[in-house]
Amino acid sequence: MPPDVTAELSLLYGAYALMMKPFKSYEDMTAEDYTAIGLKCGLEVHQQLLTTRKLFCRCPAGRYGSDYDAEILRHMRPTLSELGEYDGTALMEKKTRKNIHYRLHRDTVCTYDIDDTPPFFPDPYAIDIALELSLQLGLGIVSEIHIARKQYLDGSIPAGFQRTAIIGVTGSIPYLDRRIGITQLSIEEDSCREVSDIGHDRIYLTDRLGMPLIEVVTDPDMRTPQELAEVCQVIRWLCRSTGKVRTGYGAARQDVNVSVEGGTRIEIKGVPQITRIPLLVYNEAMRQCALLHIRDTLKQRGITKDTLNCTTHDVTRAVYRTPYGPIRTAVDLGHRVKCVTLHGFAELLNYTTQEHTIFAKEFSDRVRVIACLTELPNMVHSDTASEQLSVRDWKGIRKRTQAGDNDALILVWGDEADTTTACQEIIIRATEATIGVPNDTRQAHKDGTTGFERVLPGAERMYPDTDLPPITIDADRLEGIRSQLSTPPWDRQDRYRTLNVPKESIAPLSASPRANLFETLIDELKIDPVFAAVVLMQRFKCFSRDGLHPEQLTDQQIQSVFAALAQNKLTRRGVVRAFRWHLLATRHNQDGAIDIADVAADLAEKLYSQDELNFMITQTLEQSRTIEFPDSGAHHRFVIGIVMREVGSVVESATVLRLIEDAMRSHQPQDNQEEVA
Amino acid sequence: MVEDRLKGYRNISRDVLSKYKVGIWSDVEIEATNGRFRGLILPRSETADDAHIVIKLITGYNIGIATATITNITEHGRREVQYKIAEQEFPTDPNKPNITLFGTGGTIASRLDYRTGAVIPAFSPGELYGSVPELADACNLRTEKLYGVFSENMGPEQYIKLAEKIGEEIAKGVDGIVIGHGTDTMHHTAAILTFMVQNPPIPIVMVGSQRSSDRPSSDAALNLIKAVKVAAEGDIAEILVCMYGPTSDQYDLLHRGTRVRKMHSSYRSAFRTIGDIPLAMVDLDGIHELRDDYHRRRDDREVSINTAFEEKVTMVYYYPNMKPDIIDAIVEKGYRGIVIAGTGLGHINKPIYEAVKRATDKGVHVYMTVQTLWGYVQMYVYETGREIMELGVVPAANMLPEVAYMKLCWTLGQTDDRDEVRRIMLTPISDEITDREPYNGYLIFQGAIPEVQEFLRTIKR
Ligand SMILES: [Zn+2]
Repeated sequence: MPPDVTAELSLLYGAYALMMKPFKSYEDMTAEDYTAIGLKCGLEVHQQLLTTRKLFCRCPAGRYGSDYDAEILRHMRPTLSELGEYDGTALMEKKTRKNIHYRLHRDTVCTYDIDDTPPFFPDPYAIDIALELSLQLGLGIVSEIHIARKQYLDGSIPAGFQRTAIIGVTGSIPYLDRRIGITQLSIEEDSCREVSDIGHDRIYLTDRLGMPLIEVVTDPDMRTPQELAEVCQVIRWLCRSTGKVRTGYGAARQDVNVSVEGGTRIEIKGVPQITRIPLLVYNEAMRQCALLHIRDTLKQRGITKDTLNCTTHDVTRAVYRTPYGPIRTAVDLGHRVKCVTLHGFAELLNYTTQEHTIFAKEFSDRVRVIACLTELPNMVHSDTASEQLSVRDWKGIRKRTQAGDNDALILVWGDEADTTTACQEIIIRATEATIGVPNDTRQAHKDGTTGFERVLPGAERMYPDTDLPPITIDADRLEGIRSQLSTPPWDRQDRYRTLNVPKESIAPLSASPRANLFETLIDELKIDPVFAAVVLMQRFKCFSRDGLHPEQLTDQQIQSVFAALAQNKLTRRGVVRAFRWHLLATRHNQDGAIDIADVAADLAEKLYSQDELNFMITQTLEQSRTIEFPDSGAHHRFVIGIVMREVGSVVESATVLRLIEDAMRSHQPQDNQEEVA
Repeated sequence: MVEDRLKGYRNISRDVLSKYKVGIWSDVEIEATNGRFRGLILPRSETADDAHIVIKLITGYNIGIATATITNITEHGRREVQYKIAEQEFPTDPNKPNITLFGTGGTIASRLDYRTGAVIPAFSPGELYGSVPELADACNLRTEKLYGVFSENMGPEQYIKLAEKIGEEIAKGVDGIVIGHGTDTMHHTAAILTFMVQNPPIPIVMVGSQRSSDRPSSDAALNLIKAVKVAAEGDIAEILVCMYGPTSDQYDLLHRGTRVRKMHSSYRSAFRTIGDIPLAMVDLDGIHELRDDYHRRRDDREVSINTAFEEKVTMVYYYPNMKPDIIDAIVEKGYRGIVIAGTGLGHINKPIYEAVKRATDKGVHVYMTVQTLWGYVQMYVYETGREIMELGVVPAANMLPEVAYMKLCWTLGQTDDRDEVRRIMLTPISDEITDREPYNGYLIFQGAIPEVQEFLRTIKR
């Protein structure tokens, strides 16, 4: 259909025109569909490092708890940008007038964390880990680390900025048949955990504050939500493979950048689980397409940034008698009810922007975050199908505002200052609707949709930290780390596939701190790769599930047990048994160190001679003769069970089976005779 | 004049930049053995080494590249940065009080050069209005930068000029004076100004910041807003210090210039009134007085300015094992006054008695204060105290050591007569000596004690 006809149609049938661009469901979207909308995504992977102290102070790292001893209160005051103006984020935070409360526990924070003491030199171990990962990612390594301050006005860091520094830039990692660009790796301090954000009060816990993190930023090289999740997993495995990063919920989080053709690069903040990434990306892609479509529709209706017309009215009197609960309560409290008329916006507020989400939510989010009207619902609009306000109410409002049928109305309620801010924000959001996709930072919701978090901060929020001098990375230090580098997981994985390592163990093993050990076992001790992988991954996992701690076994201990296998002192079954016995013994005997070599040797000492084995088998056969078995097969299995329990750790089952079969055969005639008799 | 395009680069790094014909603000691609780096060359700090080149990446981060690793530099262009603070005209309102803000060097408001990281002080009314527009709610502002020195470099020359300037402003009819000052020696300046500027008709408020104003959590703007409020609307016509009460953004405390002391190297709430209670709390709603024994604002323009100052005065912080030769050396160098910060109630050890005796015999004025800061010198309680007084050492009651020091400088600037010096020193001008210490004048809480923990848990401080 030629564009002019579309325009005409949409003028005539505005509402129908809106329906003309359905977005495929998540399940139906193909790679080609994503290519068609020009999806591009990138990642910022945040990974906590396994250090004993925090990055810029000497508080212990990794202690969490919601308990607190004291609270302090701060306000964040935007500092001027270069042009003598406040940038978008700064302005937004200024409008919100938030009281920021920090909860402090004496075990986890010091006066540095609350910005009452200058920083200490950063933890050198954390920098070493960052250097190691930078080398793995093929990044160019800086020779001098310059600490920067990155402004955060939301209060998530009491200083109002995060200390951060670049360690490496410009590298890449392999993915399928291409390479994914890595923009940079930085080291930074973690932020506070938000407890609540109600009205003008935001509360933070400070336990996580100051923990060392690295941030790996990729280029926007991923083309589908699935690719993004997979690349994220690759980076996660790489981090894990060092054995020097924290694991567990929240220890790794990522920001996801998404844009579609004609849209805007949008950042979705703090996604803790990789499995949640694809749906979030899908929804954001849909949202951007929807917003672009809304913009085009507005344009067809003749509404642009310059012609946009919004009016604000106090409609408290018009809804004075409404039975609608939220407004009823507001009126009773003496609050104001205000109405913004968005001229020519009729029907648009109902347009689907994400799964189960409509355009109106974009306004509601802004009102909640910026005007601090946090109690939901915080607005109603005239496009809604549900009967929140009665026909009579709407009639009164339309009369008061002189709104026509082509206009959309949004009502907000609250105190004078907050409703004033809310109305301004609604108009700002409406203005942005005429432009396309506004520059938001978005938060990830559990249902896979996103919500407005804040206006995207400008590059201006970075400035050098004047409290610490640059830190030189000398060549020796770097070479020392380079010489210790292990093979990156992606190279290991290629080899594991050729070795037939079980599929589900390939990625975890390649990133496991046991990967080096695994290679020693198969290369030097010539252990069967499949068996070694099964023990190190699956068996150890079982032990963990049973409450044992296989992670406490040193590589050397593990190697000594496998060595016994290699020397035929233990069977495969004996290897597993040795580990289990040792772990059980150490669990019950925390203090007394038990040597796993002793356990293995104990087992191995019971090496049986052929005669001993034959004797044991004959004995077992004799003793079991009194038992009634349904058939000789059952008798056979019973004898195998008894003997293997005794000798299975050190004698291969094949040997045992052969001897038992021989013995049973030689006994059988006798049995038959008896039966005959 | 052309800016030095190799600013801050010396020796090796300067040679490298010259070799590749690049300089600061060059947009470059650097090839090095450790990788390739693209960014804008920045000026280098004068104190940094000569073996690195600093560039700003497109992401805003700075990094340093070792010159030894550089194999090539290609210039893609230049982006010269001109940096200027935006000014907005400070509104005037004939109905609002006129306030003069003196600058002495500490930055009360500043703008940050995001490219170089340099902090650019905002000081003209226009610049201040741009960053702290709330100031216009309270007053019409005139600013005057007297000098730009770090707080620790303040000295007699600055004190005298400041006192004279205050006198001039009072004569001109301003309604209040605010003095921006670095925090390290703010209490020294507050003490000497109290002696040099007596009986002013208007509030004279000293203010600074513990966290530089370039950070969002800075105390600078809030301190300044409150200080201006006190100068414009307050009724306390004295030399005051206006700084954060708690570390939380809640209220400032107004301290009397002779009883205030910086008690922490970095806390926002570093300034405390010692041995007494502060004069008032100030928040954005107003000034809440905590006592009423202060000098009230007057309409007259009378003030006595006395800028006497003797520089040959020193302070000795006593320690066990102090040797008499220290005292002898001071006397030998021609010092005319010594303030001792003694232990406990005002004690020093016997081996230096003789040296002190030699000093007083030579006409050196020796005054005793306590290094405990809280409490009075009381030299009658122990035999040792009485012996020390017999040496000619004068107990300075509960004058803070720094305050006693400033007062002795000021006194010896006026007279050398032993009795007259003693009379001036021991006659309080503004509570540098008080008759009584209130029960709540000494409060240093100890953490972990249950009731203190309870307090910390419930009160934001
Ligand atoms: Zn700490």
